[in-house]
Amino acid sequence: MSTRSLMGFRDFDWTLLGVVLLLCAVSVVEIYSATLHTKFLGFHTRQMLWIAGGLVVMFILSRIDYHRLLDWVPWAYGVFLVAVTAVLVPGIGHKALGGRRWIKLGPMLFQPSEWMKLILILMVARYFANLGARRLTWPDIFKAMALVGVPMLLVLKEPDLGTALTYSPVLIAGLFLGGINLRQSLILGTVGLALIGGVWTSGKLLKPYQKARLTSFINPENDPKGSGYQVLQSKIAVGSGGIWGKGTAKGTQTQGYFLPIPYTDFIFAAFSEEHGFVGALFVLLLYFFVLMRLIQNAQTAADLPGSLIIMGVVAVLTFQIAVNVGMVIGFMPVTGIPLPLMSYGGSSVLFTFLALGVAMNVRMRRFVN
Amino acid sequence: MFSEKATRGEKLSSVKLTSVQYGILLMMLALVAGLWRLQVLGADNFKVLAEQNRIRKVPLLAPRGKLFDRERHLIVDNYPSVSCFLIREQNHNVDGDLPMIAHGLHLDLNDLENTLRHYRASPGYQPIPIKQEVTPDELAFIEAHRNELPELETIDVERRLYPRDGFAAHLIGYVGEVSEEMLENDMRYAAYEPGDVVGKAGVEQTYDQLLRGQDGSRDVIVDSHGREVGYLRTQHSVPGQDLRLTIDNDLQRAAELALGDRNGAIVAMDPRNGEILAMVSRPSFDPNAFAVRIERSEWNKLITDPDHPLLNKAIQAQLAPGSTFKILMSVAGLQEGIAQDLKVNCAGGWGPYGFYHHCDEKHGAVDIHNAIPYSCDTYYYQLGDKLGIDRIAKYATEFGYGQKTGVDLPGEQAGLMPSAQWLMRTYHHRWYPDETLDVSIGQGAVEATPIQLARIISGIASGGHLVRPHSVFPDQLPADFRKALVDTYPGSGEAYVPIDPQNWEIITDGMAEVTMPGYFHTAGSAHLEGIDLAGKTGTAQVMSHEALGKTNKGRSTYPNVWFVGVTPRRNPELVVAVLWQNGEFSYYPARIGAKVVAAYVEKKRRLANNLQPTKAPATTAPVEVGAVWTAPDANAKNAADREAARIHAGHFFINPESGTPESGSSAQRREAIGPAAVRPSQVGGLLPARRIGTP
Repeated sequence: MSTRSLMGFRDFDWTLLGVVLLLCAVSVVEIYSATLHTKFLGFHTRQMLWIAGGLVVMFILSRIDYHRLLDWVPWAYGVFLVAVTAVLVPGIGHKALGGRRWIKLGPMLFQPSEWMKLILILMVARYFANLGARRLTWPDIFKAMALVGVPMLLVLKEPDLGTALTYSPVLIAGLFLGGINLRQSLILGTVGLALIGGVWTSGKLLKPYQKARLTSFINPENDPKGSGYQVLQSKIAVGSGGIWGKGTAKGTQTQGYFLPIPYTDFIFAAFSEEHGFVGALFVLLLYFFVLMRLIQNAQTAADLPGSLIIMGVVAVLTFQIAVNVGMVIGFMPVTGIPLPLMSYGGSSVLFTFLALGVAMNVRMRRFVN
Repeated sequence: MFSEKATRGEKLSSVKLTSVQYGILLMMLALVAGLWRLQVLGADNFKVLAEQNRIRKVPLLAPRGKLFDRERHLIVDNYPSVSCFLIREQNHNVDGDLPMIAHGLHLDLNDLENTLRHYRASPGYQPIPIKQEVTPDELAFIEAHRNELPELETIDVERRLYPRDGFAAHLIGYVGEVSEEMLENDMRYAAYEPGDVVGKAGVEQTYDQLLRGQDGSRDVIVDSHGREVGYLRTQHSVPGQDLRLTIDNDLQRAAELALGDRNGAIVAMDPRNGEILAMVSRPSFDPNAFAVRIERSEWNKLITDPDHPLLNKAIQAQLAPGSTFKILMSVAGLQEGIAQDLKVNCAGGWGPYGFYHHCDEKHGAVDIHNAIPYSCDTYYYQLGDKLGIDRIAKYATEFGYGQKTGVDLPGEQAGLMPSAQWLMRTYHHRWYPDETLDVSIGQGAVEATPIQLARIISGIASGGHLVRPHSVFPDQLPADFRKALVDTYPGSGEAYVPIDPQNWEIITDGMAEVTMPGYFHTAGSAHLEGIDLAGKTGTAQVMSHEALGKTNKGRSTYPNVWFVGVTPRRNPELVVAVLWQNGEFSYYPARIGAKVVAAYVEKKRRLANNLQPTKAPATTAPVEVGAVWTAPDANAKNAADREAARIHAGHFFINPESGTPESGSSAQRREAIGPAAVRPSQVGGLLPARRIGTP
């Protein structure tokens, strides 16, 4: 056991971890800068504690063979499906920030929908691995959709549009890598678009504020006081940073509170304002490196489920980066999706490190047969 | 374990993984392109937006120039005050806050909403003035609610402080917020912005450009809650220029007191240079009421008052000048060589054209020397008839009737000098010679303002040298402003219309006789002992005699009365024009004018350490008293016998100054000699009878 564990940590992806920690360092500095003159001063130390905690759970998770995790995951899926449903029950679900998203466990607030992300990655990987590399039939596709769709609708009901949306890349990645053919994907795409159109016009599933948030990014100037305000201020922050930026703790948009929540969802805008195009490019390169490295790990994984797990992680991270940075620069609607490794927040940090831990887990066991 | 049944050896196709990698690369490139667009291409634009976000221009208002009198005594000052504005740039819907704002600032909610609605169309960056003169507790309210009501902004302003009792209010004018109408229609206000304070009357309006100074501004760094975080650049304001007015506080005060609350006006001017020493108009108003936005009720009261308190009657009341016009008639008659030889027997009127025109008296033999002190209408009917309207109009126009004087105050009226040409043009009928008779005594269509009369009469007394009246010493004004001033307030200004020296002497001597005690002299009671006061009274009926008998509709139908006086009689250094609307008798304004003249001369003498008391005119006139009295028998032995020894009855004249019976030129008309026991206090309050022993 001891030799095996040593071997394992020799195969641990230290390079990836180094880049991840570099991103974490950037995050801590920017959180410090963005909270310097606010009552949130001190969040950067809390973030460091979360990161430390994240590292611990990452190492712990990487110790457990991912095959074992795949064995357990249906049970977890069942338990968390119940939890996500229970959240909706007023007596159990704890309401805050306009959504019933939490369950109170003793002193801790526990958000099952965050954990659901990780479980879905494993669940989808397990599902498609079981199918093997064969062609997908329509029943296969519908089952996969139900697997992701049920928790997604439940979370959407909380309402938590941002988290619900992050489930979709897991499904898409699974279908794509699991062997969907062009004809099926075209049909699915058409039906999906029609469904989205239906949901949009029916006006039942989406709340008006969600709709407003989803559209105002296109023309924030039309509604500078409402939901377009955040997008507009974010664009001003990013744009006014110029090539070299205004310097740490010198961003006028960030320091003057014009930028909304500059330490969480809009941290990339704050960073871009203070460190300019050069800084933003540097961070994007780090993310690009992380993603490429993960895909490389997927390629070298020992078996199909391992590859699928890592690709699930890649899908979620890519989705979050694209949506968050896209939102900050006005390409995407405001959905409340945090930027992994950068945004302040325990759930986000823990999830990212757990996901990375699973990916490490796969890499560490690439030579195991 | 899952690995047992796992599909060993099966792998994801590397094509798919590579395509995922390219997909991610594509996404990253899209994000980089977005960043490039904002941070490299759009940087300048967004930097401006970011600056606009955090920098708010706070105006630093320039204190308005102070006003001083000619001896540099302060008349109009400023005091610090706070104004509250509402700023709409905030990311904040203001409508919900209005009830709270209205409550905290003691405003009416409807008024506040109306104000906001009014400014709806104006640009969003423009602050809306919602409250002037913020009180300390309102200021505390604003400070305490900075977070909830970030849209409220306070600005320190300097406000006007005027003399409290309406002292020289019409001359000084007042300030107020610039109106929409002024902004849109008047070129002079092109550079002004809504909410700016501008002069709206008097000196404040004329010299607004100098008085207002240059507002500065300060770039204040604010956060998204509107809280001030720091300052960037401060452009200090340039205070407005102080102005020294030509008015003399002491003389102004004397004129205010002399006119009292009579409906009328006084102008006192230095005929040598046109400097206005005092200007009063009644009824007056409190200019401080305008310094802040005036209350609607207050404003309605001012504009509906039939006596027009806002009108500066000294330059805006156009009324028939009455007999004061006879000075001009005398000039015309003498210069034309007609008046010298004209001898008239006044039998109480004249009427060669079918209508009999009355004279006040039967003056008997009248020539040019006593026509002025007697103010004999008969004489001037005949003189006017000989001159004809065209020659009268020519002289009158030369001396400034029917034309603005060009005084540096807004709203001056031109008056009216009729002529045959004017009548044809206006009413399309020929001039009828009978109408000339009315014009000759300053009635008919002739109209003049007090300042016009002051300029004309003093010009004649100065040998034909006419001046442009002004209220601010011109040497303080920039050259271009002085030039523009003449264009803005056009008028006949400085002029020289020569008068032959012997004619000049005749006229001025005649004017001096007016205030000398003498039978038939119209203003003998305005005589000032030791002061050479020359002048002319005037009475102008406000209605014809027939109409007067039928109706008066609650309005006084007493005639308007005038007095224009100069001192000394030739080349005078002071002219006073007094108008009392519906004042009835023309020697009343003469006495009012004499008081102003006396104040002027006394001050001059006091400054020269040469005190010679002048006698107040009102008390020099003899007073008619009707009485029953007893005279104790001084020879009686006991007190009871001494009582009621003789009983007297009758009426007599007494000099209220000394309390002794009259012993002047008219003493021969006494019917009884009063006892010394009659004290002045018993009779001082009585109005003196006008003429003694009217037949």
